[in-house]
Amino acid sequence: MTPPTPETPSPSASEIPPEIPSTPEIPPTSEVSETPAILEARQVGFAYRGAAPVLTDVSIAITPGRSVALVGESGAGKTTLLRLLLGLTRPTSGQVLFDGAPLSLRDRGQMREFRRNVQTVFQDPYSSLDPRQRVGRIVAEPLRSLGLTAAQPGGSRVDHRVAAALEVVGLPADAALRYPHEFSGGQRQRIAIARAIVCEPRVLLADEPVSALDVSTRVRVVDLLAELGESHGLTVVMVSHDLAVVAMLCRHTAVLERGRIVEQGDTASVLGSPSHPYTRRLVDSVPRLPSGA
Amino acid sequence: MSLLDVTGLGVRSGQGRELVSDVSFTLEAGARLGLIGESGSGKSLTALAIMGLLPTGMTASGSVVLDAPGLPRTQITGATERDLNGLRGRAVTVVFQEPLTALDPLMRVGRQLAEPLGRRHGLRGAALRRAVVAALEEVRLTEPDRIARAYPHEISGGQRQRVAIAMALACEPALLIADEPTTALDVTVQAEVLALLDGLVSARGMALLFISHDLAVISRITDHVLVLRDGRAVEAGAVRDIVNAPRHPYTRSLVDSARELDSPLDRITL
Repeated sequence: MTPPTPETPSPSASEIPPEIPSTPEIPPTSEVSETPAILEARQVGFAYRGAAPVLTDVSIAITPGRSVALVGESGAGKTTLLRLLLGLTRPTSGQVLFDGAPLSLRDRGQMREFRRNVQTVFQDPYSSLDPRQRVGRIVAEPLRSLGLTAAQPGGSRVDHRVAAALEVVGLPADAALRYPHEFSGGQRQRIAIARAIVCEPRVLLADEPVSALDVSTRVRVVDLLAELGESHGLTVVMVSHDLAVVAMLCRHTAVLERGRIVEQGDTASVLGSPSHPYTRRLVDSVPRLPSGA
Repeated sequence: MSLLDVTGLGVRSGQGRELVSDVSFTLEAGARLGLIGESGSGKSLTALAIMGLLPTGMTASGSVVLDAPGLPRTQITGATERDLNGLRGRAVTVVFQEPLTALDPLMRVGRQLAEPLGRRHGLRGAALRRAVVAALEEVRLTEPDRIARAYPHEISGGQRQRVAIAMALACEPALLIADEPTTALDVTVQAEVLALLDGLVSARGMALLFISHDLAVISRITDHVLVLRDGRAVEAGAVRDIVNAPRHPYTRSLVDSARELDSPLDRITL
């Protein structure tokens, strides 16, 4: 297995098997063809009726262990793509595949399996937690809705799983008895992450998970997400316009501009030597600390 | 005499909890200062106390003296609403974080901007319409005529923040307070709005109090900062010194977090 070298000028067309139509949107990274994707958007498009398309011909693969960042400005279509990958919205063209099978929002059995494996964390920890429920009940919600509340053979009871999830995100066990307003923004985001991982999903889709947090809290939550990737085999897909967070957490980066992926590949090469002018503008806009005297 | 002289400023909540204590600093005409701190540090309350805009129930103590050219020298803490109204706009104005809530959703942008412009300069009719367009052009909005006719929800976040800046500048204030003005914006738009603010503040010789939780953003627009934590000032000085040799442990942790966050990106891009 050789790592892909973006510098090599040799045309990759010869490596594409003839049965795959040679569209330019198929990601050129060789890893994609090696590991089967858990979740994949294949040439998806999305448009509201009678309006200009929000997404056009977008292809991206989420493979195990490779965290992905979707970057771009507001209105670029990042959140819409995330909603498609979450099965909350159906694409108007193209397909979303889960474990290789097209995702069908009507297929209850598949959707149950999908929800168990693909969970989400939202941007604002103040509006994403029900203020009238205790944290324990909030975190247990996916278990209840997925019907995983019954003690399973070899499995553990709900409160044990909730306590385990809270421990993973670094919250004390008695947090389960308290209400969301008793926690700070960073702690609330940890609660949201505990809720997302309580059913042990393989993929976590997060929409700007740290942008509402202070800088130091941001570092700790990013560290937590990275650690979950290593210890729990969780693959994180993150929407962000914060390139510093992206560079910290994600191995693969896709840049969206006006509904199209204009560039994708290893984060180091996409951000380090951007080939698209829009990516360059994004990198140049990041505010930096003044360097040494 | 300084333009703004804050001495021993304190802010208490209705329940008597101390939210800001003993904050002091001065700002000369045309000078700039950054207030940095995390959520709950009291930076926004300090700004509101200077405007005399603290939420009902909160009380300010200590002294905030505003001495703008052509206006009476005023002690803000304890001033009447009537005195304050004479100062707001001309002595001091503020640009808030979220431009969507700062603008009236039911009023066209041009009309909102016309209000302070008309009152300050005594303009009406065609002359006022020309002033509105000129003000929108000054904040580098292309298509000023279309923007003037639009409602706030019909323009982008970056455009709304430019409109909010134009409104803040309409009365030619001696001091502009910017409270996290770019936090709600994309990075590329943030860079543009910071450059715009920088240029306008210099061109008009205004003083600027810039509030942010982000050291890197603050360092783009001011040379001097005051670090706040839990309502107290812990350190003040040049941004360069604070970043390179923080004296207070809290400042050090702020700088370290910012560096830690930046370092993977720096490794890739520098």
